[in-house]
Amino acid sequence: MNFKTRSQLMDETALRRTITRLAHEIIERCKGIDDVAIIGIRTRGEFLAKRIAKKIEEVEGKPIPVGVLDTVMYRDDYRMKKQLPATEITEIPFDVDDKILVLVDDVIYTGRTIRAAMDALMDFGRPSAIQLAVLIDRGHRELPIKADYIGKSVPTARNEEVKVHMKEFDGRDEILLVEVTE
Amino acid sequence: MNLRIKHLLGLENVSREDINTILDTAFSFREVLDRPIKKVPTLKGVTVANLFFENSTRTRISFELAEKRLSADTVNFSASGSSLAKGESLRDTIQNLFAMKMDVVVMRHPTPGSVKLLSRFVDAVVINAGDGTHEHPTQALLDIMSMKEKLGSIEGLNVAIIGDIRHSRVALSNIYGLKTMGANVLLCGPPTFMPYDVESLGVKVTYDLDEALAFADVINVLRIQRERQGKGLIPSMREYRNVYGVTQQRLSKLKRPITIMHPGPINRGVEIDTDMADSEHSIILHQVLNGVAVRMSILYLLAGGR
Repeated sequence: MNFKTRSQLMDETALRRTITRLAHEIIERCKGIDDVAIIGIRTRGEFLAKRIAKKIEEVEGKPIPVGVLDTVMYRDDYRMKKQLPATEITEIPFDVDDKILVLVDDVIYTGRTIRAAMDALMDFGRPSAIQLAVLIDRGHRELPIKADYIGKSVPTARNEEVKVHMKEFDGRDEILLVEVTE
Repeated sequence: MNLRIKHLLGLENVSREDINTILDTAFSFREVLDRPIKKVPTLKGVTVANLFFENSTRTRISFELAEKRLSADTVNFSASGSSLAKGESLRDTIQNLFAMKMDVVVMRHPTPGSVKLLSRFVDAVVINAGDGTHEHPTQALLDIMSMKEKLGSIEGLNVAIIGDIRHSRVALSNIYGLKTMGANVLLCGPPTFMPYDVESLGVKVTYDLDEALAFADVINVLRIQRERQGKGLIPSMREYRNVYGVTQQRLSKLKRPITIMHPGPINRGVEIDTDMADSEHSIILHQVLNGVAVRMSILYLLAGGR
């Protein structure tokens, strides 16, 4: 697959500001961070979750538990792909019972990843609520799922993709809207 | 991340890349086993037949548990109480089973090569759960996973396999897998337990247990197969213990601790003493847990793409 860049959705500064805003929104809506935990969805949701958690800690003066979730084992579509997706280790080092879990992912599209993530979380216990924070909402939902915290809503076409680059994984912070040109 | 192999018949021709993929995937499934709900929907709708033509406790339960943890449907077959007793051939029995649409077959059979034969005439993923004295690949993979978990890397690791090498499918699969992963393998046991020309597999041989212990980072102690002791290959169990038994007395002479493994079932007081099998350096029960994870990994990687 080749890509042609359409536009830049966020640069490093915009990404930093968005993460700061998402962190504040989570604190405001949950009325503090007692019994709140952040769960990042692999791959880039993990780094996003850790950045949001760091910002929350700066604001509230205490740490917030962070977990990392791999959804591959719960996907309904892996058998339709040519390549079997690699499974990775899920790390949720705290009890999820009666906690508000804020799921964090970079992009929400069909909603199927979030469905898989919610099924996975239910196997860890009974959270009091699950909320969703995403950096980019690009539309085209196939399931009745919506995000509680959104960095930016971007109308997209199906032949476009949102490419999220994060320093921890890609070496730089930048979000691009690209067109797939076979 | 698809494996190059389509079946798991043995480790003889499995690449290092494939083994690494299997181990990485196994570590991610291992985490599932620590959850309150130890089950994922990954293989929903996949049907697995477990065909056991030979006795087994650990391997059979481990496979069955792995299949259930992945939400696959399972059917179990054991030779006793089946139509084989009525004179039906292996091939007919299996073809009838497969007319019922199986996706995966896990087979243990006393005849070496039987699993490979099976893979030629069924349209399903075939996994070897032990074929006679030939191979037992999932056991070797869980052994390698346990070594990796405990010691970090297999490359350059000194592994001594001690006991009845000649009759052991565990030993042969371990040799293939460990050599592929870059370990140094030393075999130790009485000459009557040593296969002819085994050095051609790239391993060293010693008949002196103290030499093997001095060499090893890890020892994999094999079971003395009592059912084969009518053949006069060793004078007695007591004599074997005196010369090849892993005892406190022998291990205390070493300058550094070594990791102790055993594929089970253990003959306590014969090939290994109770204190050693239960010591802090023993990872025997980790092997059992890792066995479930490794089998989940194999099932996902081979059947997940179907």
